[in-house]
Amino acid sequence: MTAVNPLHELLAEKGVLLADGATGTNLFAMGLEAGEAPELWNDSQPEKIERLHQDFVDAGADIILTNSFGGTRHRLKLHKAEDRVFELNRRAAELARMVADRAPRKVLVAGSVGPTGELLVPLGTMTYGDAVAAFVEQIEGLKAGGSDVAWIETMSSPDEIRAAAEAAAKVGLPFTYTGSFDTAGKTMMGLDPKDIHGVAQDIGEGPAAVGANCGVGASDILSSLLDMTAADPQAITIVKGNCGIPEYRGAEIYYSGTPPLMAEYARLARDAGAKIIGGCCGTSCEHLAAMRRALDDYTPRPRPTIEEIVERIGPLRNKTASESGGESTRERRRRRT
Amino acid sequence: MSDDDIILSELSDEELVQQMHDDLYDGLKEEIEEATRILLDRGWAPYDVLTKALVEGMRIVGIDFRDGILFVPEVLLSANAMKAGMTILRPLLAATGAPKQGKMVIGTVKGDIHDIGKNLVGMMMEGAGFDVIDLGINNPVENYLEALEREKPDILGMSALLTTTMPYMKVVIDTMKEKGIRDDYVVLVGGAPLNEEFGKAVGADAYCRDAAVAVETAKDFVRRKHNSLGGR
Repeated sequence: MTAVNPLHELLAEKGVLLADGATGTNLFAMGLEAGEAPELWNDSQPEKIERLHQDFVDAGADIILTNSFGGTRHRLKLHKAEDRVFELNRRAAELARMVADRAPRKVLVAGSVGPTGELLVPLGTMTYGDAVAAFVEQIEGLKAGGSDVAWIETMSSPDEIRAAAEAAAKVGLPFTYTGSFDTAGKTMMGLDPKDIHGVAQDIGEGPAAVGANCGVGASDILSSLLDMTAADPQAITIVKGNCGIPEYRGAEIYYSGTPPLMAEYARLARDAGAKIIGGCCGTSCEHLAAMRRALDDYTPRPRPTIEEIVERIGPLRNKTASESGGESTRERRRRRT
Repeated sequence: MSDDDIILSELSDEELVQQMHDDLYDGLKEEIEEATRILLDRGWAPYDVLTKALVEGMRIVGIDFRDGILFVPEVLLSANAMKAGMTILRPLLAATGAPKQGKMVIGTVKGDIHDIGKNLVGMMMEGAGFDVIDLGINNPVENYLEALEREKPDILGMSALLTTTMPYMKVVIDTMKEKGIRDDYVVLVGGAPLNEEFGKAVGADAYCRDAAVAVETAKDFVRRKHNSLGGR
């Protein structure tokens, strides 16, 4: 790696970084309605976005993600905001930048880039070129607003990761990417966590970090993490897992993870070799503060096994990646060439 | 075994049906179209082609999807191949008055544009012989109610991929309760962040983990519904 990027700089200084918690579910708690686009709040309710960023920084985050997950034109068109891609993304980054710059320590702004929701050809209708163009449009806004890095997340399709990575390289931002391993231990498109490293290695300067986010529960994502760090122990690996499992109580969604559970998740993530640790859906500032304390008071332990993870933070919901796959059990007549 | 070109028309009926299962598995659309026509030319009833060749082939695909052997890309290709066969069969099935499995109305809830899972369920349900009315994405409760009234389906399917959109399923089910029509339908819900407990909490009949489970659950409920009607 020739150019030093801000993520590597801060990692060199601190060893392990704490990323932030959830955006969507926390905005929900602040009054976002089902069906509303969170990104529109960058314009209509900027004080709430600023407050969420501030709360995460106060809880100890080293990296905050911009409120721009659904910020491509494909996602914004549902809210008739496809003509506001640059503006909404720039605003998202500006809000996070402002909070990061007034923090008493170095805080990085990661420009969140989520999936378009479209399928690439041949499975769907979006061409690779269209995907790159849509991500370029978004990432230009994120860069203009002061993002340090393009944070490509919750991805399923290797092609879509590559398109977003290529867009970041074109715009001139370092990039990271994480997959959502929610289907039998792999992404819904079949990407195995152990194969995450190679997905966009050849694009631009290569990824600044790779990893997993969202997915199923905290235990499942740590199983993905073990696969990723085993496949490449030198890689800078991100894990940003959900705060347990969603539960419905009364009229609202709660996540089953408690702050002590997320603290133990953070310790286990570090034991398993993650360098950037955060929370996804359901992770509140209280959870994040518990994770901060866990990482600050960390005493190294041996690399955990799946069994130890399950014992400490609960059962896996899905199969692990190594249990899935393989050949069909049925007999085939003969295979075509 | 040799990998010489397989001439579909030279296979016996039994071999051809087996080959169709393989070709569905491999997502070979043109081969499925050709084999469908061959069976029809040999005098097969359209309903037999549907059930013995296509539905059975997709059932195998569904099992391997459920077991984490196949993933979305492969299943989409299989479903596309199945659809091509269905396109040939559909008018013939209608003309011959073939029995139907049942009818489903399906759509992603308000605020959710993620329709990959919903489309997969729709295609697998068609592959299992159901009529599927697809409401597309971003459906407010009015869309669902209107479609239930218009289509009189057996099943309502709702899908959401985001934690921010999944609570809307409860809005729909609660509205159905208010109107006194909740129990007229089997309500199935699905989507990555959902789970069984969530399905129960919002008042659905079942949460379906994936498209294969959705098909099995739908068949099961429709069978039970028929049984209970028969017992009256």
